[in-house]
Amino acid sequence: MTESLLITLSIVTLFLPLLGFAVVVLTGKKFSKMYLFEMLIISATLLISLTIAFFKLSYYPHDIVASLDWFKFSNVPGIGTLNFEIGVKIDNLTALMLIVVNLISFLVHLFSIEYMHGDPRYNRYFSYLGIFTFSMLGIVLTHNLLMMYIFWELVGLSSYLLIGFWFEKKSASDASKKAFIVNRVGDIGMFAGILILFTNYHTFTFDKIFEQISMGHLPFNSPAWLTAAGILVFMGAVGKSAQFPLHVWLPDAMEGPTPVSALIHAATMVAAGVYLVVRIFAMLTADAMTVIAIIGAVTSFIAATIALTQNDIKKVLAYSTVSQLGYMIMALGVGAYSFAFFHLVTHAFFKACLFLGSGSVIHAMHHEQDIRNMGGLRKKLPITYYTFLISTLAISGIPFTSGFLSKDGILAGTLTFGKLTGYWFIPALGFLVALLTAFYMFRLVILTFHGEPRDHHKYDHAHESPFVMAAPLVILATLSIFIWYTPNPVGADQGWFLSKWVKTPHTVVPQNQRFNFMKTEEKTAAAETSEPALHEAEAPVHGEITHSEMYTEAMHASHYPAMFLSIAMAGLGILFAFLIYQWKKISADMLEEKLRPLHKFSLNKWYIDELYDATWIAGTLAFSKMLYWIDSVIIDGAVNGAATVTRFVSRLSGLFDTFVVDGFVNFTAFLSGFIGLNFKKLQTGKVQTYVIFVVFAIIIIMLVFKPY
Amino acid sequence: MLQVGLTHFLVIGAILFSLGIYGIITRKNAVMVLMGVELILNAANINFVAFSRYGNFGLNGQIAALFVIVLAAAEAAIALAIVLNIYKTYSNVNVDEISNLKE
Repeated sequence: MTESLLITLSIVTLFLPLLGFAVVVLTGKKFSKMYLFEMLIISATLLISLTIAFFKLSYYPHDIVASLDWFKFSNVPGIGTLNFEIGVKIDNLTALMLIVVNLISFLVHLFSIEYMHGDPRYNRYFSYLGIFTFSMLGIVLTHNLLMMYIFWELVGLSSYLLIGFWFEKKSASDASKKAFIVNRVGDIGMFAGILILFTNYHTFTFDKIFEQISMGHLPFNSPAWLTAAGILVFMGAVGKSAQFPLHVWLPDAMEGPTPVSALIHAATMVAAGVYLVVRIFAMLTADAMTVIAIIGAVTSFIAATIALTQNDIKKVLAYSTVSQLGYMIMALGVGAYSFAFFHLVTHAFFKACLFLGSGSVIHAMHHEQDIRNMGGLRKKLPITYYTFLISTLAISGIPFTSGFLSKDGILAGTLTFGKLTGYWFIPALGFLVALLTAFYMFRLVILTFHGEPRDHHKYDHAHESPFVMAAPLVILATLSIFIWYTPNPVGADQGWFLSKWVKTPHTVVPQNQRFNFMKTEEKTAAAETSEPALHEAEAPVHGEITHSEMYTEAMHASHYPAMFLSIAMAGLGILFAFLIYQWKKISADMLEEKLRPLHKFSLNKWYIDELYDATWIAGTLAFSKMLYWIDSVIIDGAVNGAATVTRFVSRLSGLFDTFVVDGFVNFTAFLSGFIGLNFKKLQTGKVQTYVIFVVFAIIIIMLVFKPY
Repeated sequence: MLQVGLTHFLVIGAILFSLGIYGIITRKNAVMVLMGVELILNAANINFVAFSRYGNFGLNGQIAALFVIVLAAAEAAIALAIVLNIYKTYSNVNVDEISNLKE
């Protein structure tokens, strides 16, 4: 399989879902079976993607890039020719993301066939899934920031459409609007960041930007601008990946259908933010990375504490998603690049499994989402239970699961980071979150599946899901086992995933802007500066380990402590969950009573929504009210005033018209009439009268002009 | 002995003229009106001839009088033709009743 064929296939796989969307959305109303076409499309997309990924990972160690000029501005003042490229870049990350996105998308399609059965807009739902898949593949395949931004907005759109799919519900339409608007806030930052880069480098292409930075060309000749560009582009990820302080939309997004939550708001779209940071990782300065690490850590901690007290099964999962995304962002911030991407992949599978599992539960319980009304479902839903349990073990970080490998790597990365830079609170938060995650996930499992049923009526009607819903669960749960990623269940370093496929890229940031542990040796640096051509050839290859030996050693040293600590934390969390909810050794109510303020704080989601309501939203409303006032009073007043003046003037001119002009005309007419009326009496029609007039006239003339 | 001079002729002309005017104004018959017009013309002729005889104008006055006579003949011919037409249209020649153009 040649490179050009792979590129062609990748373009085909990109546009197939769009075709599916177009066909289904146009014909869905007429043909009720149109969703089968979308199923066919997504199956084809999955097969092609697997082919691409297989060939890319097996035979092409380097990146496959193809691009063409989209449009060109010649003669831009001060710049010359501006070239806008579009193109496809398939590297190992793309290949892996192709598998993740398409596999989960396919399974969610499959799951939805039964879950959404009987919905009045059944076909439209599938077409929306199609356009989502299209946009997500666009993000994955593109090689430049412009296309990334376009597809970024398209996933935002499809997310909006799918969250508000049941738009008759006010909460759903509100949630979709909230998601869209909150995302925009982040996107504005991303847009500004892209513009900073474009202004300076006149290109959107990642590799070209990195190449110029590595040659020492900084934005506006200042490393601060490079940091700013990194943080601003990262803002896009803050919005899309629901990082603090823009995380508020994701829990509300659970108003959408549950399979959508699994696909978009757990596995793929929210991971797009992480993917974006992965893409721009090479240009992040030490300052930018610190900001990213802190935001990630804070997000994961806040979300984990909120998840402790939520009672809606989907809300718990939503907050755990936010928390895990915070983990990935934090991992990128601390430089544990490969583990961040690894966690993205593993999390996508087990979180999709958890969400689809919750969908299965909700389906079985006839749209009951409150875990206080569940319990004992283990016997009724065995497949759902066991797959859910495996995924829960994975997210909690229990050995032999994929989650353990990636989470352990991230925690080791934060520990190393703390050791090397002194930011100890980041690993501290990381481990605390590991404990909290294990606790609330097992609280969820125990309250949902264990114990005695609390709502007997609903329990009696519960039933195991049919094959099309169970099969995705089983497949995803299987993918949560370690064996897919590495043969060694306690160390992922030697596995094919990390040693062969995902490697930390060569950072291009100037030496003095890097963390100490990311500096390369002086000799290499000198060689780089003197021979840029050599560097250029190396840059696109994801094979260079940039970390210094100091970092490698520290990472090695923190591997086992991190592993034992994380297992201990997870175990402790699970133990607490069982003590409180399963064996009831500690009363949950008593704990709640004792920690009343904390419990309330967590239950109300740290009052962040209320804070936004009171500040931004109230401010915006006040501002718009003021604008409304200006509009209604000043502008309308001005317009109405102008109208009044015009009317007054026109009335005056009307009066002038009626009385002066008309009066003059009428007077003329009257005068003519009057004279005519009087003089017509002279016209008697009798010749003799005329003769008399003539005679008298002559006499008068003669008297007047008498010569003497 | 009364010397006949210019004044006598002018008085006769004035009397004739006045009679002519009177005829025009008082008669209803169009033919009589035309006769009034003839009187006026002849009054003018008398004046012409009188001024020719007593003034220093040479024969101009008499020529003018001859000219007026010719004109009067022509005028009478045309006017009588008009009167004939009026008679054909209205079956009479009463000038009071020929007032179709009034108002």
